[in-house]
Amino acid sequence: MRLNRAIFAIELQASTRSVLLVSTFTALRSRIPASVIVLEPLAERAAITRAAAGIGLYAGAFGVTFGAVAVRAGLSVTQAVAMSAVMFTGASQFALVGVLAAGGSLLAGVSAALLLGLRNAFYGIPVTRILRPRSVRRALAAQIVIDETTAMAVAQPAPRAGRYAFWVTGGTLYMLWVLGTLAGALIGGEINTTALGLNAAAPAIFLALLWPQLCQKRGAAVALGAAAVALVLVPLVPAGLPIVAAAGVAILAGLLPDRRRGEGQDR
Amino acid sequence: MTTLWIAIIAASLGCYGLKLAGVSLPGPVLNHPRVQRISGLLPVAMLTALVVTDLFDANEHYTADWHTLAGVGAGAIALRFGRSPIVVFLVAIAVTAVTRTI
Repeated sequence: MRLNRAIFAIELQASTRSVLLVSTFTALRSRIPASVIVLEPLAERAAITRAAAGIGLYAGAFGVTFGAVAVRAGLSVTQAVAMSAVMFTGASQFALVGVLAAGGSLLAGVSAALLLGLRNAFYGIPVTRILRPRSVRRALAAQIVIDETTAMAVAQPAPRAGRYAFWVTGGTLYMLWVLGTLAGALIGGEINTTALGLNAAAPAIFLALLWPQLCQKRGAAVALGAAAVALVLVPLVPAGLPIVAAAGVAILAGLLPDRRRGEGQDR
Repeated sequence: MTTLWIAIIAASLGCYGLKLAGVSLPGPVLNHPRVQRISGLLPVAMLTALVVTDLFDANEHYTADWHTLAGVGAGAIALRFGRSPIVVFLVAIAVTAVTRTI
């Protein structure tokens, strides 16, 4: 229909033609989502890069703390850095060295780390839907599937921006986390993350990235349910499990039939 | 090789295996409508739970760090005013740090 209108316009007098062409152009524009218009991706990418830099900086600061804590718990500098580079999941790393520092067994430390790492398996599902990675890229992507990269990837309106957000956040975070760990392990001193207000960093960025979904009815309902389940479970189960239980809330909500669309309609 | 190294390697392999399992679901499973719906809801559920457990710690009874809560609250207000994630992030950190000096 749009094409017909353009051809029709060419057959008209110049004066009327321009008016019609303009109206056709605006009609075209209104149908294209903002993110597709040429200049948008640049601005979008800059915003993603800024957020990734912020995330990288707080991760770097906590990396310094991790390095110092790890060395104090009895790890060598090599072991501390190896943990950050190979394990690369902050909560699990802190759990393992925490158990060691408290004089717990290695087995207890490893199981605590695995319980906290379990949530990354669930993050893999939405991440794969955005990245669709294969072979080597899949192996690389797996290593950086954590809270921050997942949150950044799913917060972008288009898959293309999501992929960019995932790799930029993952790359920045990985570099600064490992470098921070090295610095902390070598110096043995910590950055006072508490005084710097960095405890608010992760919750604030997650809240900001989730905001559009929290403003929707379904997203808000699932978030409320997940928050309630997590809060109830926190004092009852080992660390890491409340978040896995929250995944259960998402699974239950996803299994409920969506009445507005009906089962038959989605493919 | 010390037992400490063995523990580090075991935990690292385990954590990587969990991540790899997550990104290895076959296409047909991922394209299933139910999996698509669940996939869309997983991050909002899990990250909300993460935020909540970050903000409210609990051993025998619930405790919260009021400075952090104030900072994240200030960030939420910035969100209401349509600020971008990085601004929300900076506001939250700044407010938390400032309230701590009081």
